Amino acid sequence: MTTPMTTPVATKPLPSLPAVYRSRASVELKEFFRQRESVVFTLMLPVLLLVVFGAVLDFDLGNDVPFIQYFMAGIIAAGILGASLQNMAISIATERSDGTLKSLAGTPMPKSAYFVGKVVQVLAVTLAIIVILLLIGVAFYGIDLPSGADWLTFAWVAGLGAAGCTLLGIALSSLAKNGRSASATVTPFALLLQFISGVFFQFSEIPTWMQTFAAFFPLKWMAQGLRSVFLPDVMAASEPAGTWELGRTALVLGAWCIAGLLLCVATFRWQDRGSR
Amino acid sequence: MHDGPAFPLDPGAAISIRGLVKRYGDFAAVDGLDLDIRRGEIFALLGPNGAGKTTTVEICEGYRSRDAGDVRVLGEDPADGARSWKAQLGIVLQSGAGDSQLTAREMLTAQASYYADPRDPDEVLELVGLTEKAGVRGKSLSGGQRRRLDVALGIVGRPTLLFLDEPTTGFDPEARRQFWSLIRSLRELGTTMLLTTHYLDEAEALADRVGVITRGRLVEVAVPSLLGGRESAPAVVSWTEDGARRTEATATPTALLRTLSARFPGEVPDLAVARPTLEDVYLQMIGETR
Repeated sequence: MTTPMTTPVATKPLPSLPAVYRSRASVELKEFFRQRESVVFTLMLPVLLLVVFGAVLDFDLGNDVPFIQYFMAGIIAAGILGASLQNMAISIATERSDGTLKSLAGTPMPKSAYFVGKVVQVLAVTLAIIVILLLIGVAFYGIDLPSGADWLTFAWVAGLGAAGCTLLGIALSSLAKNGRSASATVTPFALLLQFISGVFFQFSEIPTWMQTFAAFFPLKWMAQGLRSVFLPDVMAASEPAGTWELGRTALVLGAWCIAGLLLCVATFRWQDRGSR
Repeated sequence: MHDGPAFPLDPGAAISIRGLVKRYGDFAAVDGLDLDIRRGEIFALLGPNGAGKTTTVEICEGYRSRDAGDVRVLGEDPADGARSWKAQLGIVLQSGAGDSQLTAREMLTAQASYYADPRDPDEVLELVGLTEKAGVRGKSLSGGQRRRLDVALGIVGRPTLLFLDEPTTGFDPEARRQFWSLIRSLRELGTTMLLTTHYLDEAEALADRVGVITRGRLVEVAVPSLLGGRESAPAVVSWTEDGARRTEATATPTALLRTLSARFPGEVPDLAVARPTLEDVYLQMIGETR
């Protein structure tokens, strides 16, 4: 009891951050793409909706713009919402209630690696959704692909939207008791947002008070930003402001990123409630 | 136990606890617990459900905060456990981890990637007897296989100190025996282990010392054969005489046997001599404090 026994510290250093990040990214990709439910729900549902809507709603919006061109922007925005917000809220709530998070917290894994893995998963799923939707749109429905600077707008709207929704989804996961309850609350809410944010219907045909409600959430701005990519500029006249409002889109999505991050930091738990 | 004035933490111990208190509202789940676990030993914590076993273990693992007392695990306070500290621990939680789409080997490979000097995942699969299940996804393993995978995940980081919270729940008798030999081989390698279990035979087979915890306090610490004055407890001799079952508790069973063998011409009918099992002693101990 006189001199402290020296702790046999491992002589080798702990693995580097990039090494653990790679390992977590690989885990998250396998967890997502091997799970039939998540692949069908997150990846295939937008594709099915595109196929069905593309076949059924075959009308013209004026200015030689078919509805499917409008719907393309909306369904991509909805796909991003599913890949980020819904996916994160449900999967993290599940991992918290089934003990996966608690187990990870007991290892020397750097905490940041968990979130890096999730971000890689969201990026991969988002990219997969966008690519599949574009391919089907071009191959079967004669979608006009964006050109030139529109690709840049596409990238930042999708990126900023996915980032904000990911953070919001991580924050929402802490509110749910488990994955099932997360799914039961987040899924109807996401569906509601899709109906009032200009995904399934033209935004201009939605009552003003619903438009106002939708404008508080990211989906409306993601869909609007993507419409600027997929529709000719003449169509901007039918937007609420009469323009694409790209500056405001960036502001709202950026604000959601900051709010989501703050909520995550304030609410994230590695264990179930009541086990502290 | 450690009555009287507080004495200092033992810096050389794997785990040293003094005056640990953890309250949930008005309920003291742990209520002034003192404990030292030596390096290299297997220590079994016994006690009824709700006695404070898991709370104590999870405070040591850094999962829960404490309301009073001092705790050192491998020389550090678990409340500020850094990565380098966690790298020396192996944790098998009571609840285990969730379902996974990863195979057993993939889960072990991922877990190994968090540690400085991990064991080879295939070697660990062999150790826990899951080699044949290496390519099976976590969610498809049976309860007992899943539990063995939990143990594998706990040891793949080559821990100095291994926490095992009810590790053999759901094991069949054969799997439990295999697990015991795994634990013994880890002891050979110098791994310190803190084990909680409901199986008294498991504690007796594995532990160097056992501690009995009730109502958040440690009521006794002893080697299994000496717990509760077991070695000096009376033996119970029973036999059949005149068609009736007779039993007698005695401190001198040999003398009684001599008397009996003199009384019966041949074999003493249905003769049995029983020492109190660890379970008998344990049940008596926790019964007294209820």
